[in-house]
Amino acid sequence: MNIHEYQGKELLRKYGVSVPRGYVAFTPKEAVEAAKELGSAVTVVKAQIHAGGRGKAGGVKIAKSLDEVRTYAKELLGKTLVTHQTGPEGKEIKRLLIEEGCDIKKEYYVGLVLDRATSRITLMASEEGGTEIEEVAEATPEKIFRETIDPVVGLTAFQARRIAFNINIPKELVNKAVRFMLGLYKMFVEKDCSIAEINPLVTTGDGSVMALDAKLNFDANALYRQKDVMEFRDLDEEDSKEIEASKYDLSYISLDGNIGCMVNGAGLAMATMDIIKHYGGDPANFLDVGGGATAEKVTEAFKIILSDENVKGIFVNIFGGIMKCDIIAEGVVEAAKQVGLKVPLVVRLEGTNVELGKKILNESDLDIVAAGTMADGAQKIVELVG
Amino acid sequence: MSVFIDKNTKVLVQGITGSTALFHTKQMLEYGTQIVAGVTPGKGGSEVEGVPVFNTVEEAVKATGANVSVIYVPAPFAADAILECVDAELDMAICITEHIPVVDMVKVKRYMEGRKTRLVGPNCPGVITPDECKIGIMPGYIHTKGHVGVVSRSGTLTYEAVHQLSQEGIGQSTAVGIGGDPVNGTNFIDTLEAFNNDPETEAVIMIGEIGGTAEEEAAEWVKANMTKPVVGFIGGATAPPGKRMGHAGAIISGGKGTAEEKIRVMNECGIAVAETPSVMGETLIKVLKEKGLYDKCKTH
Repeated sequence: MNIHEYQGKELLRKYGVSVPRGYVAFTPKEAVEAAKELGSAVTVVKAQIHAGGRGKAGGVKIAKSLDEVRTYAKELLGKTLVTHQTGPEGKEIKRLLIEEGCDIKKEYYVGLVLDRATSRITLMASEEGGTEIEEVAEATPEKIFRETIDPVVGLTAFQARRIAFNINIPKELVNKAVRFMLGLYKMFVEKDCSIAEINPLVTTGDGSVMALDAKLNFDANALYRQKDVMEFRDLDEEDSKEIEASKYDLSYISLDGNIGCMVNGAGLAMATMDIIKHYGGDPANFLDVGGGATAEKVTEAFKIILSDENVKGIFVNIFGGIMKCDIIAEGVVEAAKQVGLKVPLVVRLEGTNVELGKKILNESDLDIVAAGTMADGAQKIVELVG
Repeated sequence: MSVFIDKNTKVLVQGITGSTALFHTKQMLEYGTQIVAGVTPGKGGSEVEGVPVFNTVEEAVKATGANVSVIYVPAPFAADAILECVDAELDMAICITEHIPVVDMVKVKRYMEGRKTRLVGPNCPGVITPDECKIGIMPGYIHTKGHVGVVSRSGTLTYEAVHQLSQEGIGQSTAVGIGGDPVNGTNFIDTLEAFNNDPETEAVIMIGEIGGTAEEEAAEWVKANMTKPVVGFIGGATAPPGKRMGHAGAIISGGKGTAEEKIRVMNECGIAVAETPSVMGETLIKVLKEKGLYDKCKTH
């Protein structure tokens, strides 16, 4: 789960990580009030959307007066910002962060991520702040320094110090940088982050070490124990069908095509998209109904697929293991009854309780095209959708 | 022969009284798996499907000699269930549970260092040696005994591959689901190494998906060490970047972990990669014929 920059900074502040003073604003009036409260010579007006690349796309403005704050706030709020991460459709700006400007001496990069190869959390840092870390890794890999963290002792002071010296933090600020990194790590593990990127971390003229930006991402599997993080969730930033699916623990992702897919298992769901594409079709979604699905959940899944106006046909591809075929069949029949199925439906069933599942489908009066294999099913649905 | 489990494996079911565990305990028993114990804290002394239930893993091991545990415990408690297996020095813990927080798994992996227990999973379908021992949630009837090893990050794609093989008369030595999480126990290389050392295994199907670089590392290992042919499949060629495709580990981030790159490296390392998931079996058979192994692997 992603959160906004201002929410991330709020969280960082709680862990003793320095961030500039700032307030969120939903209207130009609130923006001006926030700027008044800050009383700084320079105020930064920053668009809050769940995507990076905002600066380059014109979503960050420097205001030198309250009038300028008002002008920029009016300009940005309601505007659709297109960055390299939003896709061509962009994202509408609904919130602003009004922040005091600071006297930046130098920009750095600090990030915590899971390193899958070592199964450890890794601290990464570079003195090439402000640019994306992937670009630094590509152009000057020698400028990226890493520390692998032992979960028993956590990030140690000496590791943080080594990083600070390696990225050439001025020596009088090293201790502040160390405290910064230790706080960041503590937040990462206590709040179940999956990514915590500070880009840039800055040193300032008055001798501070601060997070000028914060990209925090949280482990969806741990949200059950992170109630305060859950409160940061901004439904405006998410796809409405994906929100609906998450209510039923369905793993759903919207895509651009016209063939709705309902599959069990993430791997098979991905492979089903791949094979539809292989035969010249276009999947409308990724949908894994999961292992513990009930007929009711399957019904909801079906409704979500059909709520997408682009869907011109549905391919159900099930290989039952933990998921039983009869449950899927019951759900499909029930959903078709409830919503009135108007598009072609191809079903391929295999695995646990397959005979029972096929029987339920056969005994329903639904117009279902049965498929023997997934290739057969993919070809049939692509043909039917045309 | 087989890898990891066989007819002598004595299985303990953690979380045996939950509804999913109960269903699959019945299925495993029907398949012929030796299930000797169950563990549910507070339900010790009771019996489920004729299997005695204990309060702790240690007690269950002492009383029954169980050497492998299968874990169906809910995600908030599953990491602890794995630790309990490690503490009890089981040979193997197979964790079916999905949605375990990553931070918990990082600790589990650290705890396991230098210890005896092998972990398979989490978020996996389990391990099956056909006609001998089925541990997990896979449908037993699609498997047939034979000489092809299967290793996969995806449960349902494992079934798909096994089904295709069985329908073509190609049996399996063992099928191992290593799970779809970014931090897991046994990886591709561990399993490939076991298959390489298993005299009954003649060839291997390796099924990967987008995210991470485990497939690339495994491919390099195959090139350097594997004496048996390996074919593969990678799911998620059409997945959009930056989106988690169901599995916590299936995500393309920062341009890394694409299907295209994995397939390129696998091909470079001599692994034939199936073009669609429907031709995994076909692709293997073609390679078996080229290597003169087809007759040996044709089991029925």
